[in-house]
Amino acid sequence: MIDWLALTVALPLLGSVLAAAIPARSPGIGMATGLLTTTAALSVGVLIAHAGELRSDLGGWGVPLGIALQADGLSGALLVMANLVALGISAYALGYFASGLRRHFWPLWLLLWSALNALFLAADVFNIYVTLELLGIAAAALGALTGGQAAIAANLRYLLVGLLGSMTYLLGVAILYTGLGTLDLRLAAESLTPGPLAWTAGALMLGGLLLKAALFPLHFWLPPAHAQAPAPVSAALSALVVKAAFYLVLRLWIDLFASVVGPGPGILLGALGAGGVIWGSWRAFRSERLKLLAAYSTVAQVGYLFLFFPLLAAAALPKQQELLGALLLLALTHGFAKAGLFLSAGLLQKHAGHDRIAELGPAIRSLPAVAFAMGLAGVALVGLPPSGAFIAKWILLTESFAMDRWWWALVVLVGTLMASAYVFRLLANAFGPAAHQDAVELGGDVQTEKIGRMIQAPALLMALVAVVLLGLGAEPLWGLLGSSSP
Amino acid sequence: MIPDNILPAAIVLSSLIPGLFIFLLDEERHVLRTVLNMAGALGKLVLVGLLIQGVYEERLIESRWTLAPGLDLVLSADALSVLFVTLSTVLWLVTTVYAVGYLEHSSHRSRFFGFFSLCVTATVGLALAGNLLTFVIFYEALTLSTYPLVAHRGTPDSAQGARVYLAYTLGGGVLLLTGAVWLRSLAGPVIFTQGGMLSDLAGVYDGQLIAIFFLLVGGLGVKAALVPLHGWLPQAMVAPAPVSALLHAVAVVKAGAFGIIRVVYDIYGVVLAESLGLLSVLATMASITIIYGSLRALSQDGLKKRLAYSTVSQVSYIALGASVFGPIATIGGVVHLVHQGVMKITLFFCAGNYAETLGVHRVSEMNGVGRRMPWTTLAFTVGALGMIGVPPVAGFVSKWYLGLGAAEAGSDWVLLILVASSLLNAAYFFPILFRAWLADPPASWPEEHIAARRLETTGALLWPPVVTALLALVAGLFAAAPVSPLEWAELIARREYGL
Repeated sequence: MIDWLALTVALPLLGSVLAAAIPARSPGIGMATGLLTTTAALSVGVLIAHAGELRSDLGGWGVPLGIALQADGLSGALLVMANLVALGISAYALGYFASGLRRHFWPLWLLLWSALNALFLAADVFNIYVTLELLGIAAAALGALTGGQAAIAANLRYLLVGLLGSMTYLLGVAILYTGLGTLDLRLAAESLTPGPLAWTAGALMLGGLLLKAALFPLHFWLPPAHAQAPAPVSAALSALVVKAAFYLVLRLWIDLFASVVGPGPGILLGALGAGGVIWGSWRAFRSERLKLLAAYSTVAQVGYLFLFFPLLAAAALPKQQELLGALLLLALTHGFAKAGLFLSAGLLQKHAGHDRIAELGPAIRSLPAVAFAMGLAGVALVGLPPSGAFIAKWILLTESFAMDRWWWALVVLVGTLMASAYVFRLLANAFGPAAHQDAVELGGDVQTEKIGRMIQAPALLMALVAVVLLGLGAEPLWGLLGSSSP
Repeated sequence: MIPDNILPAAIVLSSLIPGLFIFLLDEERHVLRTVLNMAGALGKLVLVGLLIQGVYEERLIESRWTLAPGLDLVLSADALSVLFVTLSTVLWLVTTVYAVGYLEHSSHRSRFFGFFSLCVTATVGLALAGNLLTFVIFYEALTLSTYPLVAHRGTPDSAQGARVYLAYTLGGGVLLLTGAVWLRSLAGPVIFTQGGMLSDLAGVYDGQLIAIFFLLVGGLGVKAALVPLHGWLPQAMVAPAPVSALLHAVAVVKAGAFGIIRVVYDIYGVVLAESLGLLSVLATMASITIIYGSLRALSQDGLKKRLAYSTVSQVSYIALGASVFGPIATIGGVVHLVHQGVMKITLFFCAGNYAETLGVHRVSEMNGVGRRMPWTTLAFTVGALGMIGVPPVAGFVSKWYLGLGAAEAGSDWVLLILVASSLLNAAYFFPILFRAWLADPPASWPEEHIAARRLETTGALLWPPVVTALLALVAGLFAAAPVSPLEWAELIARREYGL
């Protein structure tokens, strides 16, 4: 029998080494690896849908000594999303990078991919640390790929903040290990009891991860890093890397800490999430540049995800499952939508030679497919129907009314209005004078690049998935979660 | 034929699928685009015919799709939804012909017709919505699909109008969403039920039910242009004429008015709404809107602006009918949904014809236009007389039933509102008719784009208003015929009141 779990991690790692060894062939190697890895991840998804949970012990050492991989509905769904998005980003990167950057991009990108998959599948808290570190280094290196002064400064900061986050996390792991004598998530969950140990370990581990998940006010490093990176990298950072840190917070929260810490921390996370929604949306609205807008929108969207925590903590089991499904749906939708937005932004930047929102009109109008992709991604970010985010917000709103915690609903509604403001400020540029006048305006700019059809496809496809597929076909997600209990 | 559990979905898809294909077409594929448009419009008409038959036979016609556990997208047909679906399908067909003629030489036609189809898709979707979730989904989809149409021209004016439109409608959408989720948290899935579905909650949650009612009506009132939520409508006049026709007669304001009918009759139930004191508040809001819109229309020189304020006023007859307790007033309100649509679309088509043919945009430029464009002006006259309520045009039937219903319910002040508004209608329409028919034409028109040959303007522009004007006449003359809108409105009222 094939160990699909191990393959999703091993394949991109192998591809990364190959791409580094044969730089001239790196795009081909990268695409082939991407296809194989995505196939493996899809197989994991299918197996989970049938079997509920997967677990694999590498090297046969078994718990608690060996390296174990595991996947359940939650991690499986995120794994599949991450791999599909990564595949889309890879296809886009084929056309995006000039030959010079290409040789550096592929090895790092495949390394990041491998770390990402390993993170979703990690079964013990120390392996999580290792994957987190790898992910952070690969991400920062990719972000600084262009070698510009601002990009290097932003990503050096990103790297240091990431190190701080993972070190704090590691400290928490050490305390947990001292107290419980195990690193395995499942064994730890069985023996963890309320008390100072759980509190300290929880505060350190979650605190470190929150920094990496860019929860307000720990988001300060994100906008410059995400806005400065090349577009495919920005897409990966915003859609996937942040989501990975968020996944770990959620995982540790529901598996380890929720039952031992009482309601306070959940409310705190929700309140910080609310801050993120408001502040991130406001800054996105005020952004002059498209990629900065997209980056601040990520701060806001991460905030939405944390709004679920106080409700998850207070809900009884069937409702909890419903909310968890909605949370997962929101995370998946954001993954696809944000990747679609950043990839579109990259094309506009290439075409127009800049990304100043106020002057993007002619570029947007000359690339209707990109405009459409941005429109769809925007619909998903605002949470308008029929996107997956709408369904998720509907459930979040209903439950917060039903549980008499309407103030969370208020945050969502205000955030929705603010998100419409920043999204439509951008989309309004799609309407303007007739095409021939635009051509004159664009032609005056020397940096204009022709944009082919193939490179537009990934952005449009991802935006379509966020709006149509996840909006109308999300129901199986709850079945997937039902197979693993939170 | 088509199974009953697919038919409603097929009706929605019949404009969605052509719309998506149209987006992919090159600008120059004029013929193929028109073929797709017409195929969608005619196909939908046939499907709606099947639907009418099914509802008349009281079959259960419903498409259902699960979005999430406990959240179903439901498209189902009852008498009320059939009325609205039929209206939008027929008028869409006419508007498509008109739009093809109107946009002959403009740019971005594929984008325009793509969103045009999506707009109709959203309209029939919300007409067929079987529960509040489905309604909200299509209501927002309507906002999203009309925004590009309002912004279509790409001038600073239209950008401004579109921005205002979006701010109002998205704001209204959030109110509606809030009311909908709040109601769901109290009552579970909110399924549209004849006679209402909230009577179990009455007495316990009265305060919350009242608050929710105002959230819902506030959200719907934005599209229905209830004062003071009407500010977007005159500004959205910058859109091309077929879009104005669609906004005012078929899609947007109608969606709001239709939603108010749904809330009053099929969520709260008219009895509960009356006992909570909600109807009188709604009646007051509607009355203020009727008078205010007419007063503002009086002073507008821009023809489309005058028509826009007239819409503000006329659409509230529908809300007024819903808010007077009694089946006869209900008939008047519901039938006006159709009658106002047919008459108002005629007026906007005519306004578009004057602008496209002669460059006439203002009432003050309309002297003698009836001699140059007799057929258009005749159609305009029929529409205007109908709006005033002159028999035998359809508008008279609406007002007759509204007045009769008000008298029956003992709400005599509503009669006063009706009389006052009819006088105001006359005051802002008769000067136009007088100028058009009796005043002498100027030596030259502002900008004569289309010369008079055998027809006064192009056929694609001329036939739609003539046809809709005829429909308005027929709906009034044959109001007692078995398949007339009035007959159908009576069926709806009987079922809502359980008579």
